[in-house]
Amino acid sequence: MVLTKTRQRDVLGHSALRPDGTAKVKGDFAFSSDLWAENMLWGATLRSPHPHARIVSIDLSKAWKVTGVEAIITASDVPGQLTYGLISEDQPVFAFDVVRYMGEPIAAVAADHPETCRRALAAIEITYEILPPLTDPEMSIGEQHIPIHPDGNLIREQRIVRGDITATGPIVVEGTYIIGMQDQAFLGTESALATPDHDGGGVEVYVATQWLHEDRKQMAKCLNMPEEKVRLTLGGVGGAFGAREDISLQVHTSLLALRTGRPVKMQYGREESFFGHVHRHPAKVWMKHHATAEGEIVKIEARFLFDGGAYSSTSAAVLLNGITHTQGPYRCPNAIVEGFASRTNNPPCGAMRGFGVVQACFAHEGQMDKIAEAAGISPVAVRLLNAIRTGDTLITGQILESVAPVERCIRETDALPLPPPLPTDAHELLLPGGSGLTADRRHIVRGIGYGVSIKNIMYSEGFDDYSTARCILKDGVATIKFATSEVGQGFVTLAPQIARSVLGVDEVVTETIDTQIGSAGSTSASRQTWMSGGAMDGACRMVRERLFEHVAAIHKLDPLQLAIENTDVVDTRGHLRIPVSEASSGVRFEETFEYHHRPTEDLDENGQGNCHVAFAFVAHRAVVDVDPELGLVKVVQIATAQDVGRVLNPLSVLGQIEGGIAQGLGLAVMEEIIVQDGKVRNPSFTDYLLPTALDAPTVIASMIEEPDPQAPMGAKGVGEPPCISVTPAIVAAIRNAVGKSIDRCPVRPQDICL
Amino acid sequence: MSGHQNYTLNVNGTEHPVKDAWIGESLLYVLRERLGLPGSKGACEQGECGSCTVVIDGSAVCSCLVMAATAVDSQIATIEGLAEDGTLTDVQEAFITEGAVQCGFCTPGLVMAVHHLLESNDNPDEMTVKEALSGNICRCTGYGRIFAAVDAVIAQRQAGK
Amino acid sequence: MTVFIPRSLQEATDLIAEHPDAHLLTGGTDLMVEVNFNHRRPEKVISLGKIEELHQVTINDDHVIIGAAVPYAQMEKGELGESLPALAEAARTVGSPQIRAAGSLGGNLGTCSPAGDSLPVLSATNSLVHLTSAGGTRMVPFSEFMIGPKRNSRQPHEIITAVTVPRTCGWQGYAKVGTRNAMVISVASACVVFHDDELRIALGSVGPTIIRCTDTENWYQSLASKKSTGVSLEIGSRASQESRPIDDHRSTADYRRHAIKVLAQRLFERGMSK
Repeated sequence: MVLTKTRQRDVLGHSALRPDGTAKVKGDFAFSSDLWAENMLWGATLRSPHPHARIVSIDLSKAWKVTGVEAIITASDVPGQLTYGLISEDQPVFAFDVVRYMGEPIAAVAADHPETCRRALAAIEITYEILPPLTDPEMSIGEQHIPIHPDGNLIREQRIVRGDITATGPIVVEGTYIIGMQDQAFLGTESALATPDHDGGGVEVYVATQWLHEDRKQMAKCLNMPEEKVRLTLGGVGGAFGAREDISLQVHTSLLALRTGRPVKMQYGREESFFGHVHRHPAKVWMKHHATAEGEIVKIEARFLFDGGAYSSTSAAVLLNGITHTQGPYRCPNAIVEGFASRTNNPPCGAMRGFGVVQACFAHEGQMDKIAEAAGISPVAVRLLNAIRTGDTLITGQILESVAPVERCIRETDALPLPPPLPTDAHELLLPGGSGLTADRRHIVRGIGYGVSIKNIMYSEGFDDYSTARCILKDGVATIKFATSEVGQGFVTLAPQIARSVLGVDEVVTETIDTQIGSAGSTSASRQTWMSGGAMDGACRMVRERLFEHVAAIHKLDPLQLAIENTDVVDTRGHLRIPVSEASSGVRFEETFEYHHRPTEDLDENGQGNCHVAFAFVAHRAVVDVDPELGLVKVVQIATAQDVGRVLNPLSVLGQIEGGIAQGLGLAVMEEIIVQDGKVRNPSFTDYLLPTALDAPTVIASMIEEPDPQAPMGAKGVGEPPCISVTPAIVAAIRNAVGKSIDRCPVRPQDICL
Repeated sequence: MSGHQNYTLNVNGTEHPVKDAWIGESLLYVLRERLGLPGSKGACEQGECGSCTVVIDGSAVCSCLVMAATAVDSQIATIEGLAEDGTLTDVQEAFITEGAVQCGFCTPGLVMAVHHLLESNDNPDEMTVKEALSGNICRCTGYGRIFAAVDAVIAQRQAGK
Repeated sequence: MTVFIPRSLQEATDLIAEHPDAHLLTGGTDLMVEVNFNHRRPEKVISLGKIEELHQVTINDDHVIIGAAVPYAQMEKGELGESLPALAEAARTVGSPQIRAAGSLGGNLGTCSPAGDSLPVLSATNSLVHLTSAGGTRMVPFSEFMIGPKRNSRQPHEIITAVTVPRTCGWQGYAKVGTRNAMVISVASACVVFHDDELRIALGSVGPTIIRCTDTENWYQSLASKKSTGVSLEIGSRASQESRPIDDHRSTADYRRHAIKVLAQRLFERGMSK
């Protein structure tokens, strides 16, 4: 993909540059952790060192004696609801009788300095009765299970039954796939600044989040305040990737501010951040594919087990996503699938980029390669043979109405050039092991693997999802407002592009992102381009209608014959041509638009129902160099063709593709939170490894543009697909290089060489 | 708290007195919370992400691992010192135009690291660039656009010779 | 005053005699991690980074003296790097470029983690650690300096001032396994040094201290034909048997034993082919 460097007008289709770019490169951009207020205190949280224990007593007396401490709060200080949660309100603001995971908050302090906070936390004396942790999700839902939460251990069970469940074929392949616990590892850790109203009746909070209004709703309940008394403004967000969908420090910070009557800032360190947000669910996925001798899928049997950890977060929705994507982007007439999300004393798991589909895809792509081998055809051929098309029926009975260029994704990916062979005098940093100098060129073998995926976009199962946007046009300037969280993805770039395209203006002012307008929904599920883009497009179109009515009235024309051409209002049947700046001079048009996607339904007990809104597709080809003896891997190149509907900003799309690939690479070969007996062993960047500049592969990307008629601007969300099938593609390439069956990710050195 | 002292830091050519600071405070903390220079970012507190990169006496280091009180009598350069007159540097410009910025949290550290690299080597090859930036984690971009930005600056500087 | 910044060695040794409870730091990259993670709250610190003597490098024909505060970046290349190739290779694997600009042998030795990247090289080269106090300087062989995980034989009143690294007349090399291609803590590492007809092997991250493979070295010494096929394999196996790794969150004992086998064999072969 060649990016257009011509900077004409920054309308849709152009690589408009980030409006916050200048501030960000100068270090001027205010991330939530950069905020500061006069008379401000620091807040900090005391967390359980145990994965499962009864709190026998809490003694705050010594902590109160630490000079500089202004407030100490525990569960008994929560004025409203004691628990919160996105789907089910099962998670305590502060643990009040039992702690159910290592790192669960028990108390919070406010003091004059972060170090004072730390000393105060150290002085809090808690007596625990340590309980045995339940860490095996199978045991959690087994017959002998002892509930670790009043709501029980089974967060959700759902099956899907479709077609003839006795069907089979000459090829039967089976595998059990393990997916490790991945962390979103955004760089900007959780942080917020809360300022109480003078009368103590409300609070203003700057916070880095994915969904201001949902945070507000949950906070208001716990603070026992009307929602309008809780005013949220988006603090600069240093990445999100799902980890900011649940609230973390929002209630704690607000309570400390209300208690002290002073602004309170909270910011997690990296170690605390590992305990402060949910992670990608570790999962065990069993799949058995039945296929014809040619390799065409006849039936899939599958069982999913997601470890939800101590609290439910979004586990129920993650499970739904996993099981409804069992078939992958392939036709499948018959299926029997069962899925469980269970509660354990492991860290709570919830949203992360890919949301359950990552786990399903890792399994189904492993299966596709096994079918190919059994049928004696190539990995590409088996995928083309089974590729799903628009109009096919999914295993949920839902008809796939989205544009589905799966075959094109596969073919275009496969047609992208392969990298040259590793030269005999290859630079040492190109070899697996890098600067460790572990290998010489002769030790290295190369492998190629493929992965293809389908990903639902937007929320599912009957959720009435919407986004709100406002547009004001005055004197040739558009002023836009929305509550859409900008987490780095670029909606702040896209929204002005929409306004420019629709209204023919050049100057667009974006107002503060806060709760002073209706909800935008969450920046997740690849949904904001579609949802908030749709809302912004709608608001701008309504303003344009008003502009046309205004111009038509003056010039005695039918408003329907007016159009925007570049920056002019033009009469499509006559000669009138007026610059928008002139046409809107001295007048003001304001419109607010709420965009709703079409309704979806719950699944029935057999997993049948139109539960998803739309789907996007992508294919990946991975080329890896492997040192089979040491089990070290260097990912050389990722080729990808992604179904994007329509490219609204090529540079932004490419950024999402390359960034998503790096995260999928992380899951493939290095990223895993190690939990032993319920205890996290590697909560730091020394031991939780993220890809560096020397781990990043060359990415060659092709964007497939087949505008989706259901999408407001023809454009599908592009955020999640890049990170989904790249993981199985890399693992397939490793298998291809070393000729060994590997059914878990991340692939550890010992999985390759021992 | 015990262990406090007063000292003076020279940041971007200006002397900044630091009063009654706990000695355990890192340079990153002092810059951000005491001197009003929050451009350097903290993301790992252990030198594993590069977000807090500053240049001290000509060496690019992680300010989270510098005990602030030991940085006296040193010249400390931070991101705030780069475009003091309001004009962006070529590296800053390239980060914007090449799409190297998404959430932007890693950006100040990376901009500092790139400047530091190009000051000692105005035409580094691909692997030199990658090794020089291997201590700066970016979680959003996958590094592709960051390399493009560095390449663009190198090309401009070579063309301008 | 709670942070002391002596400008000379004399000043430093006086300070440490007066404040034996003070923390010593050079680059700060180890101590500050502990402070930031709330594992340590220093009350008194003596910062050695501005002592000129600790930044000196002396390259002689048969040995090199490296000041304890010389940063790794300086060891990676140039005259220092060329004179001590294995140390240059080890230095390049330390953390990130930013860490290599601040970190030094003084820190690696002071902390004495079995995963300290430079330590296998100091072991295999029979380096001497200079320990200076008000009473003078004593030189301690590395093998006697590191006595356990994060334990060394420095006395509280002593400062690690320099390391004498003997130069060897044969090939030397270092290799380190980590699960990332840069900026990674060691899972297993090895340094192999040929000196005359002597072979020396030291291992990192696979025991409570750096392990010198003396049995393997002696076996090699006793060989009549040092170039026969199978020697490298045998060296790998024997070195692996001398390792004493454990399971932890970074890897498993089995993998570490295996990695040592491969690394020792490959380094030996690399040396023999030069």
